[in-house]
Amino acid sequence: MRGITVALALVGLLAAACGGTTTPGAGTSGQTTVKKDLIIGFTASQTGAQNVASNKQTEGIKLWVDDVTKAGGIKLKDGTILMPQIKSYDDQSATDRVQALYTKLINDDKVDFLLSPYSSGLVKAAAVVSEQNGKVMITAGGADDATMEQGFRNIYQVYTPASKYLTGAIDLMLKLDPTIKKVAIVNEKDSFSTSVVAAAKPYAESKGLQVVVNQGYDTGTVDFGPFINQISAAAPDAIIGGGHLPDGTTLAKQLYEKKVSARFVALLVAPPEPTFADIGDAAQFIVGPSQWETQTKYSAEAAKTAGVPFYGPTGADFTTAYKAKFSAPPSYHSAGGYAAGLTLQKALEDAGSTDPEKVKTALDKDDFMTFYGRIKFSTDPKTHGKQIAHEMVYVQWLKGSDGKLATQIVWPAEAKSADPQLRK
Amino acid sequence: MSVDALVPSAIDGLMLGFVYGLAAMGLTLIFGVMRVINLSHGPVIALGMFVVYVLFTGAGVNPYLGLIAAAGLGILFGVAIYFVAVDRIINAPELTTLLATYSVNLMIVGVATSVFTTTPRAVDISLGSVGGSGVTILGTHAVAVAIAIAGAALLYAILFRTRIGKSIRAVANNRAAAELMGIDSRRVLALSFGIGTSLAMTSGALLSTLFSFTPLSGATYEVKSFVIVVLGGLGNPTGALVGGIVLGLLEGVSTVFIPVSWVPVLEYVIFIAILLVRPTGLLGARA
Repeated sequence: MRGITVALALVGLLAAACGGTTTPGAGTSGQTTVKKDLIIGFTASQTGAQNVASNKQTEGIKLWVDDVTKAGGIKLKDGTILMPQIKSYDDQSATDRVQALYTKLINDDKVDFLLSPYSSGLVKAAAVVSEQNGKVMITAGGADDATMEQGFRNIYQVYTPASKYLTGAIDLMLKLDPTIKKVAIVNEKDSFSTSVVAAAKPYAESKGLQVVVNQGYDTGTVDFGPFINQISAAAPDAIIGGGHLPDGTTLAKQLYEKKVSARFVALLVAPPEPTFADIGDAAQFIVGPSQWETQTKYSAEAAKTAGVPFYGPTGADFTTAYKAKFSAPPSYHSAGGYAAGLTLQKALEDAGSTDPEKVKTALDKDDFMTFYGRIKFSTDPKTHGKQIAHEMVYVQWLKGSDGKLATQIVWPAEAKSADPQLRK
Repeated sequence: MSVDALVPSAIDGLMLGFVYGLAAMGLTLIFGVMRVINLSHGPVIALGMFVVYVLFTGAGVNPYLGLIAAAGLGILFGVAIYFVAVDRIINAPELTTLLATYSVNLMIVGVATSVFTTTPRAVDISLGSVGGSGVTILGTHAVAVAIAIAGAALLYAILFRTRIGKSIRAVANNRAAAELMGIDSRRVLALSFGIGTSLAMTSGALLSTLFSFTPLSGATYEVKSFVIVVLGGLGNPTGALVGGIVLGLLEGVSTVFIPVSWVPVLEYVIFIAILLVRPTGLLGARA
């Protein structure tokens, strides 16, 4: 008895030396189990321009932590059980705060792994700090291509990259109305939206479309009058662009108020957020790219067809649990947060260790499907960690038979929950 | 570049110019009367926005009634700023009062940011629109112009049709002489600061009905106000209104010919050019 006590005490001391609190116990197979805290650090925009989408992302992360905790933790092959704990600060949607706080998370709080803040600009700032400190970070809310094309070794992207955000919308638009010829591009001048447009503009031109307006607006723009006047004068058939939630919502509202008659409007980020409906009829017919929707059906069967394992809860279970916990429907930002947690969880299980090098090896090998979609990272040194398997869907705000506005998946055709419509 | 956008852009710019002008009148009145460059001007504009916002979202008060409340609170708040930060250093060099009002700026921004955060807010009001064939005028913008004109007219009525207005003009003209004539200059200066602050908060209240905002939004309009008062002539309320209209028009028209993000650059070039070529402004200083 005394020998067992001494052995357990030694295991406890060893685990404590690794930086976590420990609770020794006996495993089911006679293997000694050690409970250890897994400190996961990130910043969230509790305030500032990105707060709505960021809060959704944080809720997704919290739900993942809850689910893991309820399931008894992340169980490693050596018997270690990791209990995730969140260490988070408000970054106020400000880049300088992200830099300072990620340094604090790494050096002062000694977190084990990092998740990202929300929005590409903030993710880029966090990625540089994580990379400099050799800390593994799973990015949830950052789609910017440029961040993932710097040869980082420690950063892994869960989102489909920005370059694919609007190309599908152009395909949808031309399928819906092949007579569309003139398109206006008006986008936020941040790194994410610029990446999107850098890919979308040549793609549109390659499809024979004429770009009649091509202007960027500063982050924080509230008056779109000058852009709308130019759009109206150019009389485009379609408008694509936007940036994030506040500006995208305002742009859609002002396009409606100024009676701009374009037949197709696709905007970034804002349309998939449930709060986009706050602008009422101005939301109708607006299309938006989405990383995930509640109607998206990635399942064990779909994974089997794709020849990859399915991991984590089903979409229905995620949505039900999310609604029960937060009394609101999840958005793709919520799903992205949860998926980032799941990705880390799977890598830890595969690695059987919290050793960063082993976890990175597991992440590099990963190719699996979750309710959020397929996850696989680039291992090319130039684009290491960039997401290469996940696919976008496109939503449109449409009125149902009850007259209420709701988002429907309208593209790709095989995933659609309703037929797309032109603006009226 | 599309010349078809010229007319609607000019109209939009012109309409916004009246609101800019109203804010700048507040700044220039304070400078004209007491030679204080009021760097709390921007946060005060933002406070006007939040008065309307709080009353609208908290108590369902119509934004235009909220605007009257903002104007009234503006006078009280301005008088308070005067006695707290300006009164004791009113005769000090201009840099001293500039720093004092900048401190007030930081205090307002600090408190407002911690209370309201920097999350964008909006007052959801729609008054429909009129027009067609490329020109659509929103009801909220038209009402903002009408209220800005009414605000400017009221200022002139106070300055030129009331005894207190006469006192303000007398103190602006020669404080020592005004005091010798029995005018309580301290009271007049405090009231002038109050009126200037009230004009800034009123313009902020109007802007809240047009665009979304945060506690930091005032900074944009503060810079515009400085350009306008230099354009119109330091200390000249008529010049401020005219300067506001000119700047608004310029903003609107220039977007047709240059990328929108270059418009602030153009504004600062004009700002520097006026200071170099005609430092008294278009209409002359302190009319």
